[in-house]
Amino acid sequence: MRRFLRPGHDPVRERLKRDLFQFNKTVEHGFPHQPSALGYSPFLRLMAIGTRSGAIKLYGAPGVEFMGLHEENNTVMQIHFIPDQCQLVTLLDDNSLHLWSLKQHGGASELREEHRFTLKGPPGSPPSATQVTAVLPHSSREVLYLGTESGNVFVVELPSFRVLEDRTITPEAVLQWIPEDNCNRRSCELVEALREHPKNPDQILIGYSRGLVVLWDLQNNKPTHHFPGSQQLENLYWQRDGSKFISCHYDGSYTQWPVSSDSRQAEPLENTVPYGPFPCKAISKIYWQTTKNGLPYIIFQGGMPRASYGDRHSISVIHGSQQTAFDFTSRVIDFFIIFSSDPAAEFDDPSALVVLAEEELVVIDLKSAGWPAVHPPYLASLHCSAITCSHHVSNIPLKLWERIISAGSKQNIHYSTMPWPIDGGTNVAPDPPQRDLLLTGHEDGTVRFWDASGVCLHLLYKLSTVRVFLTDADPNDNMNTLGEDEWPPLRKVGTFDPYSDDPRLGIQKIYLCKYSGYLAVAGTAGQVLVMELNDEDAEHMVDHAEADLLQDQEGYRWKGHEKLKTRDGPVRFEAGFQPFVLVQCQPPAVVTSLALHSEWKLVAFGTSHGFGLFDHQQKRLVFVKCTLHPSDQLALEGPLSRVKSLKKSLRQSFRRIRRSRVSSRKRRGGGGNASEVQEANAKFDQDALQEMELAPVQRKIEARSAEDSFTGFVRTLYFADTFLRDSSRHCPSLWAGTNGGTVYAFCLRVPPAERRMDEPVRAEQAKEIQLMHRAPVVGILVLDGRSTPLPEPLEVAHDLSKSPDMQGSHQLLVVSEEQFKVFTLPKVSSKLKLKLTALEGCRVRKVTVANFGSCKTDDYSENDLAVLTNLGDIQIISLPLLKLQIRYPCIRKEDVSGIASCVFTKYGQGFYLISPSEFERFSLSTKWLVEPRCIVDMPEVTSNNHVHNKSGTENAARKS
Amino acid sequence: EFRRFSLERSKPGKFEEFYGLLQHVHKIPNVDVLVGYTDIHGDLLPINNDDNYHKAVSTANPLLRIFIQRKEDADYSAFGTDTMTRKKNVLSNVLRPDNHKKKPHIVISMPQDFRPVSSIIDVDILPETHRRVRLYKYGTDKPLGFYIRDGSSVRVTPHGLEKVPGIFISRLVPGGLAQSTGLLAVNDEVLEVNGIEVSGKSLDQVTDMMIANSRNLIITVRPANQRNNVVRNSRTSGSSGQSTESSLPSSTPNILGNLLQGEEESDEEDIIIEDSGEPQQIPKAAPTSESIESLSQIELLHESTQNGFLPSSEMNLNHSAGSFSMECEVPEPGPKSLEEDGTIITL
Repeated sequence: MRRFLRPGHDPVRERLKRDLFQFNKTVEHGFPHQPSALGYSPFLRLMAIGTRSGAIKLYGAPGVEFMGLHEENNTVMQIHFIPDQCQLVTLLDDNSLHLWSLKQHGGASELREEHRFTLKGPPGSPPSATQVTAVLPHSSREVLYLGTESGNVFVVELPSFRVLEDRTITPEAVLQWIPEDNCNRRSCELVEALREHPKNPDQILIGYSRGLVVLWDLQNNKPTHHFPGSQQLENLYWQRDGSKFISCHYDGSYTQWPVSSDSRQAEPLENTVPYGPFPCKAISKIYWQTTKNGLPYIIFQGGMPRASYGDRHSISVIHGSQQTAFDFTSRVIDFFIIFSSDPAAEFDDPSALVVLAEEELVVIDLKSAGWPAVHPPYLASLHCSAITCSHHVSNIPLKLWERIISAGSKQNIHYSTMPWPIDGGTNVAPDPPQRDLLLTGHEDGTVRFWDASGVCLHLLYKLSTVRVFLTDADPNDNMNTLGEDEWPPLRKVGTFDPYSDDPRLGIQKIYLCKYSGYLAVAGTAGQVLVMELNDEDAEHMVDHAEADLLQDQEGYRWKGHEKLKTRDGPVRFEAGFQPFVLVQCQPPAVVTSLALHSEWKLVAFGTSHGFGLFDHQQKRLVFVKCTLHPSDQLALEGPLSRVKSLKKSLRQSFRRIRRSRVSSRKRRGGGGNASEVQEANAKFDQDALQEMELAPVQRKIEARSAEDSFTGFVRTLYFADTFLRDSSRHCPSLWAGTNGGTVYAFCLRVPPAERRMDEPVRAEQAKEIQLMHRAPVVGILVLDGRSTPLPEPLEVAHDLSKSPDMQGSHQLLVVSEEQFKVFTLPKVSSKLKLKLTALEGCRVRKVTVANFGSCKTDDYSENDLAVLTNLGDIQIISLPLLKLQIRYPCIRKEDVSGIASCVFTKYGQGFYLISPSEFERFSLSTKWLVEPRCIVDMPEVTSNNHVHNKSGTENAARKS
Repeated sequence: EFRRFSLERSKPGKFEEFYGLLQHVHKIPNVDVLVGYTDIHGDLLPINNDDNYHKAVSTANPLLRIFIQRKEDADYSAFGTDTMTRKKNVLSNVLRPDNHKKKPHIVISMPQDFRPVSSIIDVDILPETHRRVRLYKYGTDKPLGFYIRDGSSVRVTPHGLEKVPGIFISRLVPGGLAQSTGLLAVNDEVLEVNGIEVSGKSLDQVTDMMIANSRNLIITVRPANQRNNVVRNSRTSGSSGQSTESSLPSSTPNILGNLLQGEEESDEEDIIIEDSGEPQQIPKAAPTSESIESLSQIELLHESTQNGFLPSSEMNLNHSAGSFSMECEVPEPGPKSLEEDGTIITL
């Protein structure tokens, strides 16, 4: 019926909609999921990261980032920047090569794929003949050398990817120059490494897997030197002056080789197994960096003693007598060193070590004593402990912002002060329109405060709630404290730590009042903490209260986890948010909803059993309300868990089988003899078995009833100053919505400020609304006389919002998973509704009021509902008339965790997790758009011979 | 004429006494009347014995609206059900098949405290191969009791036969509403849910739609067994809902339209408890002219005497006619070729 009542297209409104709404996915925050390759251009000072899903991401100075995606979605195996160009080549695991370029377009650079190419062998040759194992972009920028599994080195012209067949370096050609006594046919089987001579572009070093290394002269097409390595080769590295190179091996050794003009066959200068003498793991990559003082930096990946430390992911740095093996939290994908790229400079003078591990990026400052880590401005590992919830606060007042930053800076003292070394490109995006905070709650009981104003999501401050509780883990247990003479000299670096000591600490709900600095967080074991921002360290008691949500209900037994034990006596808290009130729900079920009213100094919390209201000024529990249905055993027994529901469904299906078996017996009973019954039973069993095996996915169609499970689960809590009892007097009220479609409204009496400590806060139930469709209530909102949503607490007091209209009649909006309904207040009569599920078959997962400004005029803005459905669509629905404005597909409907993680901002933006470690940022607004916009300067192309010098001076000039 | 009088809720007395009281109050001592009342779902239900009289009194909150009609010009079908005036129908094998065969217009008794639990609707506007079934969940404790699954069906398209995904009924729960009506069967293909086509929607979406509409579920199916289809001789009956072969008097009302709208709204009415008082239905805020939902019961009665079909039904005609234009009518001769045009009642 509704669709016929829908108004036709109003052209004025349609035009306005275009000025208000626009959907864009703007940027991905966090750390790429499953990184697989790393590249760096010292010329552009850009870093590139490839992933297993075929994404390629470039990062430079904060705010400079680009993203590309290979159509094939194959793993990126290698990334190589073309020297002195805004171009890079990627090798995928399907053996295809892709050329990407950064080109300026409309005042900003864009990353585009230009060409793709797959090396083809002669007809009939095995696929290994063309399987690329090593890639060398030549400094001439004209060709690419491709080492293959067959030992051939192919030469490919750029950018056309034309194979220059006459220049292929075949194993046969190499072998004819090598004396037979130190090689055989199999010596040239697989090209492991290709390195260009640092001073002479006409010579390249070819390292074969079995150990043989050849310095090949491209002009004369013959080797000038060969180096008969005996160990399986992993990698090669040239010293800066080209007089020596270093090879590293599978057995954990590395070897220095001199390149002298007198002898064509060289003997190794030095062969070392740094962590010997017992068998060691392979050294897969090595750098040899010269310094002014003569002591080189030797930096290599791996090489740990197999038996005792074979499981470590390490990179060792040796500089004179200093030696540290950085021990990473996850597998090392690749690393590079930032050093002087000026070819005129005599020494490398390394400044930073950049390591891409599987779960995080770690940068080590090699210039400062002790080699401290550098705090990255981007690529934050959001998932260092799994994210359990998120909360966004828009437009943070400057004062609070500065206090949070100051609290955070006290936590970051152990970081290096070095400016971020990867600083290529220029960020030309306009400054973020406002200061936004994204708060993420984690499994380990921490809350992280992220600066979400701009393109770079970076950590401002980390809050831990663990100190309030007694846990098994000893807080003094420090993995880093190793004795002086420990060998190998391991040092843990990185923050990734997915193992939570106690899952009960997990944060489930967060509410921050940006005006007062009050923060409420609630967790898995029914704990609710109210905190206040303090700029100094402090030691104080945390007031502790218990809220028995079952009240006088008898005979229930909680089978879930125990509540957390609290610490007795005062607790020392560092500067920042310090808890002063702890309320523990009984039973200690996960807190499912939370609301804080900083003006009334009240905090409301709900679980699957009921909800309560706590006065954090007087530190007194005002009331609790049990929302349980007596038949809801499941909610009583334990925490929501998959295991439980599986158990239940199994139990039910067995019951079903048993029941139908009984009925089949009954049917047959009476006249039939025993054998008949047996036969029937056997047949039934067979049928049941068959049904189980063959039954397709089917869905039960059944109306919801009051007896369904988890009907008492409190989904939403809301404070409002509105007309609850009569239309002449408004009063503070608390609203709660449950999973069973019930809305409770409590009338509150909050004493005036001057008597706030003397009189108790009182509450009285005023209304209870049961939605007949019984769908879970996911949102409650009161609209004022102008149909504007009521402002947040203290918003009016801070002159940031108009006072709500208390003259006209207020309206109540109840959003269930299936419907939007507007009721009048104080007498509840239904006014309007929008049935979403009945019409479209989708359900509401998230709903928020968002303010949309017009991109055309500054003086127009309106409030709408931003809705995310279980199909991953985003819908914008007008207020107060509940008309669908626009719909965008946003998240794949299969991506359940993405949908569950979505948060909307107050200005029509949003975030959702695309992987455990990455937030996708999107915008629904034409006006508020945060996306990267940056320029990477294209160097002027000069003749090949001078490229090095040219680029070197440019770089030097930029650095100075 | 309206009369208002009070009655003691705790001691309602017997129906005979009440009947006498009514005749007295209305000063119609010797006129035979039918007595009806509106229940909380907004349905007009009869009062003709002690049981339903007591039921009526107990549901009053606090007013009980009573409707009185002269027996001779009574309109039985105005009651929330439409039992007696119906003809034998081909699907009645589960619906007391031996009842009033060939005696379509004989009133056997007053409807008791019956409530419709299912009906076939819009027969005249749907292709014969399709069946639109309405399940009334409210007022019964029976579960809807069916399951749906994914499957595929073959459609005739301009490009020939094409296999397309579809949603099918996979299981009926014994004793459930769906099974007891006999109107739905395993492997029936679900085409629409409350007027919305399901093609292109996932199993989960269709599940959600059905559950969201569960209190007044209208599903259009293509029965797996096409032998029991209702067959018409022509479509000339148009939207009147009248049967060409029908021996029904032309005045027989078809109240489906009203049911569809009136009930669709009333079934949804939420309940409020104010200040821990008695639960009440939440009223509509302001009646609007476009919504029939606000019409009073009297108006409903009046409306019901007209043979109107819903606008929504007409739209459904376009809807389905568009998507199934390839289907043609094959009148099936024989004793079973009777007409189906309205509500079926089961107990």
